[in-house]
Parts: sequence; structure tokens; C-alpha cells
Amino acid sequence: MQRKINISPSPHIHSGDTIRRNMLDVLIALVPATLVGLYFFGLGALIVGSVSIISCITFEYLIQRFLLKKTNSIGDLSALVTGVLLAFNLPSNLPVWMVIIGALVAIGVGKMSFGGLGNNPFNPALVGRVFLLISFPVQMTTWPEPAALSMHYLDAETAATPLSMIKNHFGELPHTIDLLLGNVGGSMGEVSSIALLLGGIYLLVRKVITWHIPVSILATVFVFTGIMHWGVNSAIYATPLLHILAGGLLLGSFFMATDYATSPMTAKGMYIYGAGIGIITVVIRIWGAYPEGISFAILIMNAFVPLINFYVKPKRFG
Amino acid sequence: MKTFKIGGIHPEENKLSAGKQIVDIPLPKQVIIPLAAYIGAPAAPIVAKGDKVKVGQLVGKANGFVSTNVHSSVSGTVAKIEDAMDASGYRRSSVFIDTEGDEWLETIDRTPDIKRDCALSPEEIIAKICDAGIVGLGGATFPAHVKMTLPKGKKADLLIINAVECEPYLTCDHRLMLEHSEEILVGITVSMKAIGVKRAVIGIENNKPDAISLFNNQIQKLSFKGIEVCPLKVKYPQGGEKQLIEAVTGRRVPSGALPIEVGAVVQNVGTSFAVYEAVQKDKPLIERIVTVTGKSVSSAGNYRVRIGVTLLDVVNFAGGIPEDTGKYVAGGPMMGRAVANLEIPTAKGSAGVLFIREGEAAHREMHNCIRCARCVKVCPMGLEPYLLMSLSENSLWERMESERTMDCIECGCCSYICPANRTLLDYIRFGKSTVGNIIRNRNAKKN
Repeated sequence: MQRKINISPSPHIHSGDTIRRNMLDVLIALVPATLVGLYFFGLGALIVGSVSIISCITFEYLIQRFLLKKTNSIGDLSALVTGVLLAFNLPSNLPVWMVIIGALVAIGVGKMSFGGLGNNPFNPALVGRVFLLISFPVQMTTWPEPAALSMHYLDAETAATPLSMIKNHFGELPHTIDLLLGNVGGSMGEVSSIALLLGGIYLLVRKVITWHIPVSILATVFVFTGIMHWGVNSAIYATPLLHILAGGLLLGSFFMATDYATSPMTAKGMYIYGAGIGIITVVIRIWGAYPEGISFAILIMNAFVPLINFYVKPKRFG
Repeated sequence: MKTFKIGGIHPEENKLSAGKQIVDIPLPKQVIIPLAAYIGAPAAPIVAKGDKVKVGQLVGKANGFVSTNVHSSVSGTVAKIEDAMDASGYRRSSVFIDTEGDEWLETIDRTPDIKRDCALSPEEIIAKICDAGIVGLGGATFPAHVKMTLPKGKKADLLIINAVECEPYLTCDHRLMLEHSEEILVGITVSMKAIGVKRAVIGIENNKPDAISLFNNQIQKLSFKGIEVCPLKVKYPQGGEKQLIEAVTGRRVPSGALPIEVGAVVQNVGTSFAVYEAVQKDKPLIERIVTVTGKSVSSAGNYRVRIGVTLLDVVNFAGGIPEDTGKYVAGGPMMGRAVANLEIPTAKGSAGVLFIREGEAAHREMHNCIRCARCVKVCPMGLEPYLLMSLSENSLWERMESERTMDCIECGCCSYICPANRTLLDYIRFGKSTVGNIIRNRNAKKN
């Protein structure tokens, strides 16, 4: 009897964990926030979301096939995750061609130019978003007003985001309940704190991410803005709760900063990275030119990750 | 519940044969007794072709201090002394003996009576262990008399018995404990005397509650002094020497040091049993318990096998090779060796034969490292496997040494957990052997 026997070194069993499974879990975790985005921004969210996802997948496929001539990696679902996260970071009234450019920069420049998943130093979706923000500052900072199942896209009523209200000291700040549900102006995926927290908890339970990064970012923001609010001037500086619930902080903390390839490898490194993101975010929000700073903060700290990994070592045995 | 602090995984336990009593394997026509199936210098053969031997008769004499005696496990005629492939894949000098009857040396006490008292001095005990050719039966097969002879100036205060059996599937130690608990306790008492310690702790994972309560009862009922049982939370690789010492005592053996640095000596529970047989019954190490297991094995079980019986003979007695087998593993699934065929002799360190199904044995496609950091999280030595692998790929040996690659115990947690199917341990092993050579050359130059 002739058997084909595999002779490979130990270990001979595997956990069964795959990249695809992890990406699928991230997608599942993004479902609540996606539903909220579709509800409040309706047609616009649907168009921006679909275009972003389709473009990201298409660009990854084309680059793999014709430029890199490598086996196609669409199956690992990472391009799909980038597509969803990019759409989450865009206003739902952004023209289609801009979304496509964002996807090209995210996948082409942010990911594939470095060799694909795992080799990219910066979060691809954020590279795409920041490229668009700098190139098209007006369109990227004009958000549609949330309206249940809106059928408007480019012609949607516009609204200010809570953070721009804080920054420019105008308008009546939204109620906490609206911030929780997502009934505020903003990018498609960042508005509902409850939906994002649900997704974040799912990721923690499934052990796709660990608590170190989100908790250190949120704790740093809480402490920093708390000092500013209670310690310096409560009339000028918003409450820590508002800072945490408004804008993209929760989306960034749970879904963007925790991106495997662009975050540190050790728990200690994650604290440093998370604290850095928290501090830079608050500095930009309070003193910077933009009302929101989480994207820049994550990209800046992404750049420090190799350095953190070089100097911060895990606790060795003995 | 106690356990070690850094890293570790919990793979499916799959202790399929835990409830199966130990069964004797009938004697085959021929046995192949390796003269070097342990760490250290090979034994020198002292028999020649045509010589008649009895069970327990010396056939290979220890060649230096770190070497062990080898005995015949059957009675019969020496057919030849030739190289034969062993589980490591290397061909090593072995004694082939054609079996005739089952005639034992008269000096061996074959009665089932348990002999508790031991009037021998520590030196005499160690001499008997040395004569009996005992090696560590947990897998590393380091000569037991060497381990039990403490280096000058060092003192131990504790003997730790490794009854963890943290490898999935394997149950040979578990069965031995259930069926020979009193002998093991005598073996531990004798070993304590030899090493000069007053206290021994048996570390057992709590997936073996029957063994834990049996030992507790026996220790109390038969009043064994100084021996206690320490139940441990199930976690791999708790059977690693450094991990076990930490789990039981909280002491951490420093990098590159031996357990004696923290006053501990670790002995596998199977070795304790062998010590009992050697010292109290004058029986050399000529047989051991082997688990035959796998998800498709119809009658997974535990077998008492004479050293030198081929694994194929063992497997055939245990119901044959399952149809859907994709890999033969000598040992457990985490640290055992995949072998090309089973016509290799049972060695002193052979704990089991595991059949991995085709699907599970199939090659998994390797992807880019996605830096999920799971390998760092599970490494029980606090290393960074992803980094060591890339250093090894790029031949950066100095950096690899400074990142403490020599601390790696090759437990395989990193490769097990990796979602990108990276063969981390393969590269680290390669790096370790290169770095090890560099260190040896450097030390040789210094001296």
C-alpha cells in the first residue's frame, strides 16, 4: 500500500486560526455601525460604501494580477475590511470619483506598494482618508445631516459635526443620547458610539484584538481632556465624555489603531502607542487646525511602531 | 490553581486513550536495540554476533560519564550489530537480537511484591541507576545518574516530579500513575534520598483528577514522608522544565542555567518508576509505556513495550495504521517527530505513536506575517518568534543571539497559533543551531 506521508517538523497540530477568520470577525464587528450609517445617511452611505468596497477589492486584484504578478489575496478579506473602513471615514455625500481616488491611494500606496498585507507601515484606510482630506479639504469636511433613511446623496442637507461645533464655539452641542445612537453629523461609520462599542466588545470577546490599545487611547484622552475641562477652563474645553463619544475616537481606538500590521507587538509597546495616539488626538482637537485629529494621531504613531518594537521587549523568562 | 506565568496555549487535549489499561505487547521475532537513543555518547557494544543473551543482560556499556548502559530487552541470539534508523531520522549503531523464549537474568526480582525499604546510601542508589541505564523518560532522554549527581557546591532542596503530560493525545504517564502509584512513590522516595532532599512535589495537570486523588490517598494511607501533590491548571508547555519549576515553586531558572540554580531537580514520573524498578527490583530499563493514538485509531491505547520492538510491531498489535493517515508522529503532536516509516525501534524516550489524519497533516499555505503579535503573546520564554524567524531568514546571527534565541525551548506554541501559517519554529530551530555553533566556536577560541 502506497501512502503519501508528510514529514514536517513539529508542531504537528495547528490552532486552525486564519487571517481570513480574523478579517471576517472584524467585518462582523463592523456590522452594527454599518447599519446605523445606512439608517442615518441612507442612499449616500450606500453609494459611498459600495464604491469604496468595490474599488478597494478591484484595485488590490488588478495590482496583484498585473503589477506584482503574485497570487491573488482577495480571499483573505483584508481589502474588504479596508474598503469598509475607508467608507466609514468619509462623509456620505462625497462624489464617487473622490471615493475611487481614496481607494486607489489606500490600496495602491498604503498597502500594495509595501508588499501587501502585513508589510504596510501605515493603516491603509487612513492613508486614503488623509490623502483625500488634504487634497479635497472642502468636500471632506462637509458632512450630510443625519436623516432617517435619507434618499439624498450629493444634494443632502449639510451639518456640522460635534467636534467642529466645539472647535468653533457655535451651535448647541448634541445630546449624549444622540452621540450614542449616531444622530449627529459626521463620517458614515463614526457617528454611533453604541454600535462601535458593540463591535469593539465583539472583537475583544473573539480575541481578535486585546484591550491594551483601545483602553490606553481612551484613558489618555479622558485624563488629558479631563485636566483641560475640570482643571483649566470648563467653559472653553469640552467634557471628556464628549471628547470620547464625538468624532472618530471610538472607531479609531477599536478598529483603526488596532490594525495588526501597524501596531506594536508587545503589551508595553501598545501602552506607549495608545498613549501617544491619545495625546496627539487631543492636541490636534484643542490646538490644531482640524477639529478631529485621530487619523493623524494614528498615522503618526504608526511611524513610531518599528522604533517601539525595537526598544520595547516582552518580559523575558528568567 | 497554579500554573506558569508567561505565554502558553491550550490545544484540544484529545486524551483518547486515557481510560485504556496498559496492555503487554507480545515479543516480536527480532528487536533492534539502539546504542545511542539518548543525549550523550553512544554506548560501546560488548556482545558480538552469535552471542546468547538474556532479558536484562548488558549489551552496550556506557562510554564516559554522559552516556548510559544499554541492556537486552529479550532473550535470544545477537543477529548483527549494524546502523539502523531511529526516530530522529539518523542511522545509529544498534544491536539486532533474534528472540528465543523469554528468559530473564536471575538477579532481576520479577515478583509483583512492592519493596519499600531501601537501605542503600545515596552513592549506591545512583550507581544502581547508572547500571540500569536509566535516562529521563519525558522525552529529552538525558542520563538520569548525571542529572542526579549534583554539581560540586550546589545543593537542591526540592525534587519536582513531572507528571504534567501536557502534550495532547499522550496518556502513557497518566496510565502508569493509575496502575503503579505505589511503585512511583517508592521511586520518588529513593530519588529524594539519592539527591539529598527532604521534599518532593508531584506536578499534575488537573485534567487527571483520578491520578491526583490516587496519589493524595496513597501518600496518606501508606505515609510517604515529604511527598506532596501539586495540581496545575491545564496549559501547554507546562511540562517544560523551567515552566514546571515556576508553576510549582514560583522560582525562575535564569537564562542559560540549569534547574539546580534555583535548588530544584526535575524528574519525569516515568523515570521515578524506572528508578523504583532499578533500585528495588534490580531491573534495568528494558521496557516503557507507549501510547498509540490518533483521531482515526480504532483502539487507541497504552502498551508496555520492550525497548527495541519496532513501532510498526506495536502499531500492528494495536490495530494497524488507519486508512486516512497523513503523518506518523513518534511522540506527541507538539514536540514529537514526524517519521517516514514506522520500522524504527521503540527507544527509551518513545512516549507514543500518533497518527495525524490527511487533512490535518496537509501542508498549509504560508502568508506574510500580519504582525498580530499572537506568537509573542504565547511564547512561554518571553521571546519574539516573528522577529527571530525574520532574523534567521536574513542570517542575522548576532542579533538573533542578543534576542535570546538560545532560550527557545522549541515547544511550538508560536507555529501552532500563527494565523498566517508561518513556520516560525522551523526557522528558529535553524537559527538556534547556527547560533549554537557560533557560540561553541567562540568559547573554544577563548579556552
